[in-house]
This record gives sequence, C-alpha cells and structure tokens, in this order.
Amino acid sequence: MNERPRRMRPGSGEWPEGLGHLSSPPRGLWVLGSVEPRSPAVAIVGSRRATFGGIEIARSIARDLGAAGIQVISGMALGIDAEAHAGALDAGGSTVAVLGCGIDVCYPSRHADLRDRIIACGSVISEEEAGTPPFKSNFPKRNRIIAALAEAVIVVEATERSGALSTARWAADLGREVLAVPGSIRSRQSSGTNLLIRDGARPFLGLEDLFEAAPALRAVVSRPAAGLGTAPARGGLERFSPALREILARMGTQPVHPDQVGVALGLSPSAVAARLGALELAGAVMSLPGGLVARTV
Amino acid sequence: MIACAISGATWGLAGVPVSVEADVANGLPGFTIVGLTDRAIQEARERVKPAIRNAGFKFPQRRVTVNLAPAEMPKEGTGFDLAIAVSVLRAEDPSLRLDGFAFIGELALDASVRPVTGVLPMARCLAASGIRRLFVPAENAEEAALAEGLQIFGVGSLGACVQHLRGDRLTTAASRTASPPLGEPEPDLGAVRGQGQAKRALEIAAAGGHNLLLTGPPGSGKTMLARALPSLLPDLSSEAALDVAAIYSLRGTLRERPPMTLRPPFRAPHHSISRAGLVGGGSGVARPGEISLAHRGVLFLDELCEFSRQHLEALRQPLEEHAVTVVRARAAVSYPADFMLIGAANPCPCGHLGDTRGCSCEPRQLSAYQGRLSGPIKDRIDLVVSVPRQEYRDIFDGADEERSAVVRGRVEAARERQTARPGGNGVLTGRETLAVARSTAGARRLLAMSGERLNLSARAFFRVLRVARTIADLAGEDRVGEDAVAEALHYRIEVTA
Repeated sequence: MNERPRRMRPGSGEWPEGLGHLSSPPRGLWVLGSVEPRSPAVAIVGSRRATFGGIEIARSIARDLGAAGIQVISGMALGIDAEAHAGALDAGGSTVAVLGCGIDVCYPSRHADLRDRIIACGSVISEEEAGTPPFKSNFPKRNRIIAALAEAVIVVEATERSGALSTARWAADLGREVLAVPGSIRSRQSSGTNLLIRDGARPFLGLEDLFEAAPALRAVVSRPAAGLGTAPARGGLERFSPALREILARMGTQPVHPDQVGVALGLSPSAVAARLGALELAGAVMSLPGGLVARTV
Repeated sequence: MIACAISGATWGLAGVPVSVEADVANGLPGFTIVGLTDRAIQEARERVKPAIRNAGFKFPQRRVTVNLAPAEMPKEGTGFDLAIAVSVLRAEDPSLRLDGFAFIGELALDASVRPVTGVLPMARCLAASGIRRLFVPAENAEEAALAEGLQIFGVGSLGACVQHLRGDRLTTAASRTASPPLGEPEPDLGAVRGQGQAKRALEIAAAGGHNLLLTGPPGSGKTMLARALPSLLPDLSSEAALDVAAIYSLRGTLRERPPMTLRPPFRAPHHSISRAGLVGGGSGVARPGEISLAHRGVLFLDELCEFSRQHLEALRQPLEEHAVTVVRARAAVSYPADFMLIGAANPCPCGHLGDTRGCSCEPRQLSAYQGRLSGPIKDRIDLVVSVPRQEYRDIFDGADEERSAVVRGRVEAARERQTARPGGNGVLTGRETLAVARSTAGARRLLAMSGERLNLSARAFFRVLRVARTIADLAGEDRVGEDAVAEALHYRIEVTA
C-alpha cells in the first residue's frame, strides 16, 4: 500500500459522531483506507487465544454483518479480532481496525495480508503518532475508541482478564449495547463472557438479539440476507452425495477427531479420510490445528 | 629379507586392500612403521613385539621397517596388527606361504586376536581384489562370511594363524549361516488399540516409502505406532541387507543387529544427539551416523521439534540424495542413507492443542513452535496424521486389531505394483509423479480445485499426488481416482501450520 495516511480532526464533517461521547476524545485520528468509520457499526472483540469454536462464531457473525452491510469494528489482534475482520471482508462488507500502535506499524506482523485487505475494503485507524510501537498502555486507550465507534459491542470469547472486557466496560459507560456469547461454565475462554452476562450484558444467541438491543441497526440492513443468524444453516446439503451427507449429518460444529467419526459410522479409516478430504475441498468441513475436523456449513 | 602381507582398510563404505610390507635389515635393532598412519597404528609396535614373543616366536633383533601401501592414503585403527606381525615373521621365515591370504585383526599382548570394526566391507573388497582366504578375529568371522567368494578363518590368536599357514594345525573355515536368525520380535501394529487414521497413514507410508509425521498430545501412543512401522515393511533383498550389515560393521554395532537379518533397521536417536552422531562424522575419517544406520529402514525422530535447526537442516541433503557426504580434515567420505523418516511431535509446546484438556500456549509460542517444523523438513514430509489421546474405555474394549502381518501383505502387493515404475512413490520428482499418476478426469478436477481452495503450493500439490498414487496402488488401481486424491488431501501437512 503506497497510500499515505491522512489526518482526521474533530469538528470536520467526517469525524465520527460517536467519538464525541467520550469524556476524553482523541485529538485526532490517523486513517488509512478507502472506507471511513461509519455509523451504525458493530464491534466484535474477544480473546487473542480463542478456541476453534470461538473463531468460527466470530467469523460467522462478522460474515452475516458484512453481508447485511453493517460495518464491523475490531482491533486486528490475533484470535477473535482477526476473524471478525476476515469474516466481514469475506462477505464483501467493510471493516475498521483500530490499532494500538502507529498507523504505519503492522502489529502483529503476521497480519500484514489481513491489514492490506482491510485497507482495500475498509480502513485502519489509530490515535497514535506514526511509528509508535505497540506499547501495552496503548491498548486500553484503543479499546475506548472501538467502544465509541460502535453501536453495539459483541464479546465472543474472553477470559476474566481479557482486554475485551475493558472494551465492554467502555461500551457500557458510553451507553452502547454490550452483548456476550455465552459459553460453558467449564470453559476458561468463556469465563469473561459469562461474567458479563451475569453482570447484565445481553446474551448473544443470534443476530435477532443484536437487532433487538440496537434497533437502529435493523434500519440500515441493506441486504436482508436470507439466513441471518449464527446457527449454521442445516439445509443445503443436497449438493453432497449421500456418502458425504451421512458424515455431515453426524458432525456438529464441535471439533471431532476423524477416528471418532469412523467409529460412530462404522467406516474404515481410509473411507473417512477420503470423505473428509472431499468435504474439506467443498468447504463444508475445516481441518483444525491438532488434527481435529469441524463442520462449517 | 623382505615380505608382504595383505590387509584391508575402509574408505567410507568401501574397502581398500592394503599391502603391509616388512623389511628386516642389519643395523641397530629398531621398529618403524610408515605409510600415513595414525596414533593407533604407531602403537602397534608396542603390541606386535610382545605378541610375537608371547606366541612363542622371536622378534628379529635387527632393524625392522614396515610400510603400509598405498602410502598416500591416511590409515587408522588397530586392524593391521595381525598383518604386521605375520609379515615380520615371514621376513625371517620364508617357509610361511602368504599367497592368496589376507589378515585383519588387532593383537593383544598375549598374542590373542581381538575384534575390529569394518571387517565386512574389507572382506567384500578383498574378495573382489583376488584374495581367496582371509584371517579375521573369531568374533568377526560371522560377518566376514557374508562376503561371497572367500574362505574365512576366524582365529583366536597369532599362534593359531601361524600354525595354519605352516600347515601344522588347520583352522576350520567359518561357514555362512544358512537362515537369517530371528532377532527381537518387532512391535506389532495389532498391539495398538484404535488409532485408525494413524494406522492407515503408516500403511500408506510403508507402501510408498513416504516420510510421515505423527502429531498428538503426550502419551497418545505416537512412539508405539512409529516403532511398529518396520513390521509393515517387506524384507530387504539380500544385497540391501549386506549393505546394511556393512554399515553396522563399520560402526562396530553388529551386536545390536544380527548380520544375517533381512529385516529393515529401525533407529531412534534422541534429540540430544550430536550432529556428527546423527549424520556421520567424528575426528579423522568420518564414521557413519544414525541416518546411515537407518539405511534401507526407518529413522524415527521423536519430539521432532526439539531437534535443533542445524540438525534438521543437515537431514536435507540425505533426504534428497539418499546418501550423505561428510567432509573432515583428512578426508571426505560418502555413506548411503536411504531411509524413511518418521517424526513425532506434540501439536504445540504444552502438547494439548486440539485435545479435550485444552491448550494453554500463547499464540506467539505456538507459531514459533510450528515454525520450527517448516523449511527443510516440512518439504520432505508427505503425510501428517494426528494421534488423539485414547479414552480409557477404548483401551479396554475394542474390536480385534489388525496384525502387522496382514497389513504387510497389502504393503508388499502395493510395492510390487511400483516395481514396474521408476523409484518408489516417495522419491518421485514432480514430473515423474505426473507421469505415473495417470489420474482420472475426476481426480484432476479435484486436484485443480484443491490448488485453488486450499492454497496448495506446487510442492504440496505433488506431495498430495504422490500419496494419492500410493493409495491407488494399495487399492490395486492403475489410475489415481477421486477417492485417492480426496484421502491424500486429508493427510496433507499444510494443516498443521
């Protein structure tokens, strides 16, 4: 990207209105990208060290929002944040990454490709001066901007000490809607979100919850996608052969080991491997690090 | 008087005949050995003298000069002792007939003959150079007898050797052991419960000679599965077995492996091994390392990610060329190293990624750990499969597991199909792979789709196709079909990164 970042100042026409709600708004923002932050938008945040399930949920919510024309805001961190951006981009939507470092710094560095995609279909913004390294102290400040830009904040997965909870607190203070994806009480990665729910955040079970909490969003839905909702659409399996459908029908989005599939269906390991290979190629199944597979449709 | 006895040295895996010339002349009594010798050969003077005396002969009280020819080749070790002693005796006693004989062995002060390393490769080369009868230490007689066209006499002492030469008392020639001895039974695949995917991957790897990576949490049975791999491999040809025995002879480790066995070797070096120990090296002329000991067999690297980058980097050349060249100050030698690599690794530093226990690694740790696998080694691994932790109930109940012998039958049939084609499937180049795959239209469509959707690099693409070729061979099919490609895609290594 050879585009130069430009400066956005309070009071100018493009200055996001939401930032005015902050008691200490940024004195200006560096912006790099083609689509500015616009209202209403939804922030999707969560743990860097997310579970496979969390990653899948973050991506699918973002995909639905992107398809509906709602901008997705996040922090470009590893884990949930990255999936939120990627999901929105996959659906052809726009997304804004609020950085905790200088606008010209790519942190984490492995998100260089993602950053380019975001700049092409959305923008990265930062309050920090160019060249600022990702100091730890920058991130809470960054979180307040994410909260202020969004109409609602969805926390997908977070531990009790996750930075995502700080974003949620900022959002609550600013009067934004806070939604949390509930998880098992045994799951460490859901301990923070469950805590949020106990403290009054709205449980997020599907997009309907989001629209109920923030009706302004429903009004801007440009393309009411057919299957809005995060529950995976169960239909549409007709395109697969009966042998492949048999496997899909027995798989949930919960990751399983191929051997479990084989035992459950009484299939030989080679048959399981061949079918999973075909399903993965069709995009219906995802191979996860550690050798597990999960259904994605 | 001048005399000459033939002995042997090793140069890499090849033997070299060495003429041991002795000259006994008038002058001040003395004993000199020349011919690019090392310390051990210089010390032979102090062994040979008392040995000759203690065997009941007389060491000449004159000026003795011994030359080891070819003089420009560096020589080392204690195997020349016997030849030196015999040539000195012959210089004083013309009735000793040395024609057609060769001598290998270290002498003790009491004139007994001690075993040395590298007897088998030396015996093979001496046989080729026209020697018909070879004296070796009694302990080395069995391995030496593997060389064709030689009469082997295993002797326990210098005295016995001289008595034979004089015709006083003949030593009986060692006979070739007829049948390969049964070594330790190999671990059987049937002893592993469940693990269907991993067993299938082992079968494919064995059938095509593919390198394989097992990932899984600690205690899931990766090591047990890896150790069962040799039991799936067919017997070695007797020629290949002889090559393997020669390498073990060089290292002096034939006690670990019966020289006559036809079973492929299995080596499992620990990750703390030195680089020289792994690929070969050491001072003087380099000795073969673990990768050469695994020649024609299996090299198992447990905790693959714990091996240093330099170690893994050093495996690159042997994995591509099936041989390793080790350069040392005195010489550069080549050893064969045509092995199947099987690696085992935890999926992440804590070992529980994808496990019910949950992973507690930082993302940064995780990528650093997986980064170690990339590069030199990853390009050479065709299959990867995860080995999950077994549930307790699976350990106790469970169907009868397939025995190794059954799987080996299928592997042998699949290998039979490959013999008509160049190389084993695991070593095919991209062009060869395309030529032998004979993929169906459906398979080609899947492959084209996979390149696009799964982001396969060209290298990864050929890995998938090679594995698919083996899967088709196992199924007895001439052409690579859709199922074979789909299954091969499932085992691709790109998933781990």
